[in-house]
Amino acid sequence: MSRKVITTDEGAPSADAGPLLEVTDLKTHFRTDKGRVRAVDGVTFTLGRGKTLGVVGESGSGKTILSRSIMGLLPRHNVIREGSVRYDGREISDYSEDQMRAIWGSEMAMVFQDPMTSLNPVLKIGRQITESLRQHLHMDKDEATETAIALLSSVGIPEPSVRIDEFPHQLSGGMRQRVTIAIALACGPKLLFADEPTTALDVTVQAQILNLLQKQQRERHMAMILVTHDLGVVAGRTDEIAVMYGGQVVEKAPTPVLFAKMKMPYTEALMNSIPKLESPSHTRLEVIAGRPPDLVNPPKGCKFAPRCRYAQPKCFEHEPPLVQGEDEGHYFRCWFPVGTPEGQFALKRNDEIRAKQTAASAAGGGA
Amino acid sequence: MRFVRKKLVNLLIVLLSVTMLSFLMINLLPGDTADVICGPSCDEAAREQLREDLGLNKAIPVRYVEWLGGAITGDLGRSGRTQQPVMEAIRERLPVTLQLLVYSQVLALMLAIPAGIMAARRPGGWFDKTSTGTVFVLLGIPQFVMAPLLIYFFAVRWQIFPAIYKEPGGFFELLKNLFLPAVSLAAAEMAVYLRLLRGDMIATLQEDYIMMAKAKGLSNSRILLRHAFRPSTFSLVTIVGLNMGRLIGGSLIVEVIFAIPGLGRYAVEGIFGRDYLAVQGAVVVIAVGYVLINFAVDMLYAVLDPRIRHARAVI
Amino acid sequence: MPVPSSDPQADESSAAAASATAAALLVAETLADEDVVKKKLGFGFYISAGWVVLISLTALLAPFLPLQKYDKTNLVPQRLDPFQKYYVAHDYDPESDLDSTKSFEYVNECQDHLEDRGGFAEGLRYCSNQVAVLGADSLGRDILSRVVWGARVSLIVGLGAVTLGMLLGGSIGIIAGYFRGRTETALMGIMDILLAFPALLLALAIVTFADNHSIPVVVAAIGLVGIPPVARLIRANTLVYSQREFVLAARTLGASNKRVIVREVLPNVALPGVSFAVIGIAIAIVAEGGLAFLGLSVDPPTPTWGGMINDGRNFLEDAPHITFVPAAVMVITVLALNFAGDRLRSLFDVKEGAL
Repeated sequence: MSRKVITTDEGAPSADAGPLLEVTDLKTHFRTDKGRVRAVDGVTFTLGRGKTLGVVGESGSGKTILSRSIMGLLPRHNVIREGSVRYDGREISDYSEDQMRAIWGSEMAMVFQDPMTSLNPVLKIGRQITESLRQHLHMDKDEATETAIALLSSVGIPEPSVRIDEFPHQLSGGMRQRVTIAIALACGPKLLFADEPTTALDVTVQAQILNLLQKQQRERHMAMILVTHDLGVVAGRTDEIAVMYGGQVVEKAPTPVLFAKMKMPYTEALMNSIPKLESPSHTRLEVIAGRPPDLVNPPKGCKFAPRCRYAQPKCFEHEPPLVQGEDEGHYFRCWFPVGTPEGQFALKRNDEIRAKQTAASAAGGGA
Repeated sequence: MRFVRKKLVNLLIVLLSVTMLSFLMINLLPGDTADVICGPSCDEAAREQLREDLGLNKAIPVRYVEWLGGAITGDLGRSGRTQQPVMEAIRERLPVTLQLLVYSQVLALMLAIPAGIMAARRPGGWFDKTSTGTVFVLLGIPQFVMAPLLIYFFAVRWQIFPAIYKEPGGFFELLKNLFLPAVSLAAAEMAVYLRLLRGDMIATLQEDYIMMAKAKGLSNSRILLRHAFRPSTFSLVTIVGLNMGRLIGGSLIVEVIFAIPGLGRYAVEGIFGRDYLAVQGAVVVIAVGYVLINFAVDMLYAVLDPRIRHARAVI
Repeated sequence: MPVPSSDPQADESSAAAASATAAALLVAETLADEDVVKKKLGFGFYISAGWVVLISLTALLAPFLPLQKYDKTNLVPQRLDPFQKYYVAHDYDPESDLDSTKSFEYVNECQDHLEDRGGFAEGLRYCSNQVAVLGADSLGRDILSRVVWGARVSLIVGLGAVTLGMLLGGSIGIIAGYFRGRTETALMGIMDILLAFPALLLALAIVTFADNHSIPVVVAAIGLVGIPPVARLIRANTLVYSQREFVLAARTLGASNKRVIVREVLPNVALPGVSFAVIGIAIAIVAEGGLAFLGLSVDPPTPTWGGMINDGRNFLEDAPHITFVPAAVMVITVLALNFAGDRLRSLFDVKEGAL
């Protein structure tokens, strides 16, 4: 209902013009006993219609909070949310929960990480799909059931007319994730958030689910934000990638550019931590030493500096701004970017210092 | 099926033990039925004769088997005081106790469910804090304080409800006459249910599937009632069931205060009157009722939670 | 979490050393989590504890307090309201009451009484006014003194029954939870069967069986009834602890069962047990009240709160205070114990959560 109103109203001119989602300087802080947790600290990006953005980062980087914050799914109290979220030409960051409710499910939808816990255990699968159809599209019972069966079959669930009368626990993890995807797609959203959609699944099923998401996204010309900790997941499936660290976007680029010319040492470290097909088996994967930054008292300077191979004294003092690289749409935060003379210099200097230290400690040990 | 059979065997063992214990307990009491029938003026020879006649001189195991045989066929002996068959008395009195029990549970749940949901909606909010305080006070008020308090206000001062149970003429009169006793029982139960439901609701509302339901754009009331309520009721249902079992024998103080001719009062009167067979009969019915209700709750639990239902079907 | 037995420092074959290392690790972990240490008992706890201490002290010192005799009837006019004045006829020698079981609601009644005795006109005797702070019951006994003396019964029974229940039920629970297997099945089976009998009815039967209504009998009745629930609770706690690393370590290092139970399991189970015991006292006080209410606690004239509540039931219309004064004291005491126990429990829970 609300969708129709919008398309006739202000929606008509903006329907095809302009980006679908514009996030500007979005901040999401939590008030806790220990202080303010800056889970998302000034994130800016735009997402075009039908495009796919990959948001990559370790756990604790703020990527899950970012997607929930954009969607407005966070609890209201003890959460400070600042900045602008423009969806389809409308500023939704100050929408009330009632206003958001018209958008949730019908315009924006979300696929959660763990299909074992994101389906209601006591409601039949059919009911969990039809309830949003009936709520948003005002279908009657039979129509909703038919649509649900069609949806289940489109996400690759065999015997959908039997499955709708089953409970979630009767399905495997992969099947359940297909069901949650069907639920998310039910009302034809224009923007889909997929929050680590394959992390909880068996490796064998992961690719199937990702392919399903990609296929649906293309067929429906739906924009998607794919949140993951795994650069490998987003590699072939996204138009653009944003790498998050400590609540900030530290590097953002069109996917091919990012993989070819990554500038941020953190992105490089993430890259080295995924196994590659071409490397021989039992190759030792690199791990990123240290822990994600304290989001209550973030370190001065670059937040990644304490764990960075390239870090120089300057990095601990001054926070690098988000600057544009040579390619269009490539932004990063680093004083000594990977693959530049500055970066080479920094790496070399650190190696020398380390060598000296080793020598010194060896000498000290000998004496 | 194996699961059910195992449960049934277990039930049988428990039932046997419970009846044996009821039987033993009463036989350990000083004096016996012969004393009661005979009265204080009885001489030793006549008493001995009576014992012989009543079969009280046989060995305890023999008497247990005989008694159990009688109990199964509905013969619990005759009351020493009134000469009324115990089974008949229990059949008269059990329905009143059951009415009181169901009534009190319905009242308790009618208050506890909406209040529990309201409190869980905003943990730490004003409603939650007020209900937490109320619950805490209610839990500290014993039945024998709650009942006089209710009588004082509702019967003595305002004269809305009767202070003494009267045989009701119809359903509404029954509701009226049993109101104060039912509230006396329900108050503390309500408090327990409210806390239980609130806790489980708060836990459920943290679940991913609630976030998922919210992301679907469902209304708050639909999320609370359709998505969060049912998964939060498992322990509530269990406790309500168990309380029903416990209350069969736990309403005796209230029955005494309001002069309700129920099973609990029958047992108390039996104890005061040294009416051994009456006490024995009441105790065994109460205990067996408790065991059977426990069993039923166990089974019902499996029906309620589809996860358990299917897991057990597989076994 | 590191297993202590693989720690070289714990390599001595002493179970105590192993557990000490484990405990040190646990303490270190606990302290690392800043949230944990801050938890406090709070203001409410001290108020509750204060009330319990006050009641206990007055009960303990009852014989030395300036109270009326709790069992003397008509010392105060019958059903006198709290704080109301009343009159007693006196000789000029204040130590010798003219008639120690006669009191009057109005001063002229008192004077008439003295007149009849022929003493008032001569000025040899007089009527002194007095105040019964909490009023008098239907037999003209001072409620304040009865509440204080009644507290003795309630507290002795509460403490005694909980001690008995904790000792027996606790032992059963620890044995069942530690040894598991058949011992556990048998012990807990018996407990479950005992639970089928309504507690109050069981206690009633025990008191009737004993055929005398002394404090030890009431303590035994309530204490015995408390065994099954205590056993269940302690067993559950024991199960948790006997699977913990430090207990497993002690067991694998060959410490005797007795030693492991006494030195490793017991101290850990006892701590949450204390908070349960505090709440248990409240439960026992209510149970004693129930027995007394039915007339099956300590025999009169010894006052009990439950008995006093029952005494007043017939006078709710004219003199509700006869019932509600002892009821209020009992409820406040029960609430205070519940609150204190609850705070203690949440204090111990935090430590458990950190492990």
